[in-house]
Amino acid sequence: MARVPQVAFLPDGRRLHLQDGPIDLVVEAVGDSDAVAAAYVAAARRLAGLLDALCGELSLLRTPVGPSTPVPVGAVARRMHAAVVPYAPAFVTPMAAVAGAVAEAVLAAMLEAAPLARAYVNNGGDIALHLAPGERFSIGLVDRPDRPGLFGTATVTAADGVAGVATSGRHGRSFSLGIADAVTVLAATAAAADAAATMIANAVDLPGHPAVVRVPASALSPDSDLGDRLVTRAVGPLAPAEVAAALAAGAAFAEALAGRGLIAAAALHLAGETASIGRRFGAADSLPVPPARRDASAARLPARHAADPIETTRGTVHA
Amino acid sequence: MSTRDAPTIDVPASLAGKPADDKIRCDACPVMCFIKPGMTGACDRYANDSGTLVRVDPHVVLDRTLSQGGAVVPLNRGGGWDGTLVAGPHTFVTAIGAGTTYPDYKPAPFIVASEVDGVDMVTVVTEGIFSYCGVKVKIDTDRHVGPERSIVRAQGEAIGHVTTGEYGSQMLSLGGVHHLTGGSKKEGRATCDALLELSNGKPVELTIDDGVSIVVEAGRPPVVNGVAEARMRVGCGSATIGMFAKQWHGKVDEVVVVDDHITGVLSEHQAGKLLGIADTGIKLKGRRSTPGRYFQVAEPGTGWGGTNISDPLSILGPFDPKVARPGLTLLMVSTTGEHHGYYVLDEDLRPVERELPPSLVESVARIEENCEPALCTVLFMGGAGGSLRSGVTENPVRLTRSVKDALTYVTCGGAPVYVWPGGGITFMVDVTRVPDNAFGYVPTPALVAPIEFTLKLSDYAALGGHMDHVRPLAALSGEEARRPVAPRLGNPWPFAPHAAKRSHG
Repeated sequence: MARVPQVAFLPDGRRLHLQDGPIDLVVEAVGDSDAVAAAYVAAARRLAGLLDALCGELSLLRTPVGPSTPVPVGAVARRMHAAVVPYAPAFVTPMAAVAGAVAEAVLAAMLEAAPLARAYVNNGGDIALHLAPGERFSIGLVDRPDRPGLFGTATVTAADGVAGVATSGRHGRSFSLGIADAVTVLAATAAAADAAATMIANAVDLPGHPAVVRVPASALSPDSDLGDRLVTRAVGPLAPAEVAAALAAGAAFAEALAGRGLIAAAALHLAGETASIGRRFGAADSLPVPPARRDASAARLPARHAADPIETTRGTVHA
Repeated sequence: MSTRDAPTIDVPASLAGKPADDKIRCDACPVMCFIKPGMTGACDRYANDSGTLVRVDPHVVLDRTLSQGGAVVPLNRGGGWDGTLVAGPHTFVTAIGAGTTYPDYKPAPFIVASEVDGVDMVTVVTEGIFSYCGVKVKIDTDRHVGPERSIVRAQGEAIGHVTTGEYGSQMLSLGGVHHLTGGSKKEGRATCDALLELSNGKPVELTIDDGVSIVVEAGRPPVVNGVAEARMRVGCGSATIGMFAKQWHGKVDEVVVVDDHITGVLSEHQAGKLLGIADTGIKLKGRRSTPGRYFQVAEPGTGWGGTNISDPLSILGPFDPKVARPGLTLLMVSTTGEHHGYYVLDEDLRPVERELPPSLVESVARIEENCEPALCTVLFMGGAGGSLRSGVTENPVRLTRSVKDALTYVTCGGAPVYVWPGGGITFMVDVTRVPDNAFGYVPTPALVAPIEFTLKLSDYAALGGHMDHVRPLAALSGEEARRPVAPRLGNPWPFAPHAAKRSHG
C-alpha cells in the first residue's frame, strides 16, 4: 500500500501542514500568491519519498560519526552528516540533526521553485528560515512544551545570517543526555542549529547528581541511536548553585561553538533559570501575551513544537 | 535500499512485528521503530500496549450491536479486518482517545461521515482540553455537610465550595478556572486530580471547612464522616406528614417528622386537620411557618433529619396541660425513617420512650421503603466555546450558532449533554453516562474530555466545515486502533432523530 504524506492547509488558509511518519511540518511562505502556491506544491513534492530515502540509510545515520564512517548518499542524510561532523570525536550521530535537515531540505525546494519574501518550515520546533533583505522573524521560546510559557524572544533579521532555529532538551520527543529543560540555538542552517541544540543540551548536566534519574536509552527505545548511553528521565529538586553550575557548563560549551562559528546564539533554560550567549534573546515580558493564553498556548502540542514563531503562539484562542 | 536490507538490523524480517522480549516493530511508516511495552515510537502516535501495537489511547467506538463489556479490538492493518464494526450507522465514533490537534490549527483528528436514513451525517470527533471546567456534585443526604460557601478541599487544597442545599441534597461546586489555574500550582494540581478522578467515576475524599469529611463517587452513596448514607429522604417533614397521615390515623395520637428544613407536626398540619385529628398540646421549638410546619427546630448536623440532635425530645417544649393528657402516644421519626422513637405521656405529661408498637412498625418501614437510594451524582461541566471549534470549522461562531439552533448535536463520549443557553458551548454531562476512563488531563492543568459534534453533512458544509477531511465511517476499518464499547443503556443514540434524543438538552 502506497504511503503518501498528509498534506492540508491549516484553517487559517495560509499555512500548510505536512506530515509523514514522525515528520510533522508547518510551512508558511509569504510573497506573490503564485509564488506561494508554487512553493507549497514544491514543499509537498519534496516531502514525498523523503522519509523513505532517509530510512534506506537509517542504520548508518544511527552510527556515531568518526573518521572511518562513510558519508551517506541521500541529500538530506548528507545535510545531517555535515551538521554533526564538527562535533566528532565526541559521541554524536547524524540523527542529532534529522529534524533540522528535513526542514532545511523542504525549505530549499520551496526557494528553488519560487521567489519568496519570507518562509519557514517548522519541523516540530526545529525551524528553517528564509528572509529576503529587510524582512524579520519573531520567535518565542518555550522551555517546557508540557508547561507552556514564553521565557524569551528572539528577533531574526535578514542581515543576521541565521537560517536555522532549533530547540532541544529533556522534555522533547528525543532523549537527552543532559538535564536542560530547553536549549534554543540560532545558527546558519537548521541542521546546524538542531545538532548544536542537541549537543549543548547534553552539556547542561550535573554528572552523578543523585536527583537526576537516568536510564539506558536502549531500555526505552531498543533502536535508539544512543544505544546503552544513560538518558535523563527525571530531574528532582536542584539547589540554585547546582542549577547555575549546570547552566554554566552548557554555556561554556555553547561559547566554544560560537567561537568556532558553528552557532550565532543560544539560550539555555533549566529549572526556571536562563543563560544565554549571543545577544538576541529578549525577555518574555516584552510580549503582549495575556497569562491565560500563555497558559494554553502549547499544551499538548507535539513534544517538539517548542519554539514556534510567535504568531502561532499568540494566535491561540483559549478553548 | 530498504530498511530490511540494511546491514546492522539485528532481527530477521521473519520476526518483524513480534521479536522476543515483547518489543514490537511498528510498520506504520518506514522508520519501523522497535517499541518496548508501554512506550511509543518516534512519532508519539503508535505505542506498544502489552505486546500489541496500538494508536496511543485507542479510539473508542460505540457500537450499537455490542453488549456491555466489548473486547478491545487490536490494531489491524493489512486487510485482515472484515470491517463489520464500522459497516453502518450502528457505529458511532466517540472522541475518547481521538487525540487533539490543540491549539486546533489543524482539523479535528477524526471527521467521520456515515449515512443515516438517507441523510449524510458528519460527526466531528476531537478531545477538548478544558481549562474552563469543573464538576457539579449532588449529594443525596440531609446531613449537614458544611455551611453554604464553605471551602471544599482535596489533599488539603481548596478545590471548590459548598453551594446551595437542594431537595434532599447538598450541592458542591468543584473546580472551575479559578482553582485550576488561578491559584497556586499545588491548588491547580489537586483540583485537576480531584476533577479527573470524579469524572472517571472514582471515589474522592473531600473535607469541608467547618463541616464533614465526605467520600464522593459518582453513582455511589456518599460516605459522610465514615458512615455510608443509605437513603435519600422521602420528602421534607411536612411532606412526610402529608404522605403518611392516613396511615397513622387511629394508630397514634401525634407524629413529629424531624427535619432540619421543615419539621412537620401531624395534629397541627393541614393533613391532620382534614382527618379530624385532635390537638395534643404539643409544643415545638423553632419558628412556626404555617400550621404544623416548623423551621429551625435545631441546628443543622449529621443527626436526626439533618439536624444536630440525637435526642428528638430536645426539640419539644412542655406539653400544654390544658390540652394534653396522660397516656397520649407520640411517634417521632426522621424523613428517611432511619431514626424513630415512640413515646407515651406519663402522669406529669412527660414523654417516656416505649417500644414501637407493631401497628406503627409498618408505617416507619413504609417511609424507608419510599426513600430512594442516596447517591452522589457528578456532572462534568466544560466550555467548548473557544479554539476547539476551529477543529470543526473554519468559521467557529457558526458552530456555536448551529449548536444553539439544534442543528448540531453535541455529545461527550456518546453521552447526551445539556448545553447551557447563552454564549459559548458550555455543556454538562452526567459522568456515569460516559464510557469508562474517558477523561484525561494535561499538566496545564486542565482536563481532557471527549466531545463530538454530529450534524448533517450539508449543514456541515454550510458552516464552513473541513469538508476535505471528512472520511466515510467504513474507511476507519483497519486503520486505527478502536475499542468498541456498547452504548450506555438510556443514552439516546446520537444518530437518532432529534426529537428522540433531545430529552437531555
